[in-house]
Amino acid sequence: MILGKVVGTVVTTISHQDYKHRRLLVVQPLGLPDESPSEDFIALDNTQAGIGDTVLVNREGNGARQALKNPDACVVSVIVGIVDSVYLAETGADPLH
Amino acid sequence: MLLGRVHGTAVCTLKYPGTEGLKLLVVQPLNKKLEPVGPLQVAADVVQAGVGDLCVMVRSREAALALPDVKFVPIDLALVGIVDELAVTAEDTFELTMQPGWNHFT
Repeated sequence: MILGKVVGTVVTTISHQDYKHRRLLVVQPLGLPDESPSEDFIALDNTQAGIGDTVLVNREGNGARQALKNPDACVVSVIVGIVDSVYLAETGADPLH
Repeated sequence: MLLGRVHGTAVCTLKYPGTEGLKLLVVQPLNKKLEPVGPLQVAADVVQAGVGDLCVMVRSREAALALPDVKFVPIDLALVGIVDELAVTAEDTFELTMQPGWNHFT
């Protein structure tokens, strides 16, 4: 799963059956200040998230099918949580670095 | 899942069993600003999209699951929605990096 920011919405009137009754949102992955930004993607919303929310996104098909409770869902990215806060340790404090 | 623009159609006379009758479209993957990402690709169409349409696409195993009948076919990109409206906030609206320590989002 990754952390991302919802930066947009996608409206599709004609869509696959598995995508009905849920919103598609544009998600920009969050990163560290010294990393180059990752490519944005589209995710199906399972949590009533909106633009500006920081979200937890499952980007794997089997997890998505479980989250949607549909064993044949053709969905890869599903928003499974809205993030309140994240704690990152100082890089220098990690003995592995 | 990702956005893509339909650029054309691909016609194959000889196809893998299970993919007969499937419409193949040539698509350009796009990012949120509708800028091209990578080369043109071929996608299976299940929503009757046409040339010029902006679409939502799904990759990998889930592309084969999008097909109506046979689910075990060698398809790795499928069109699953036709975009009517795309609303994206300006580039610098949100802070997209996390700092060491606590990051509060609400």
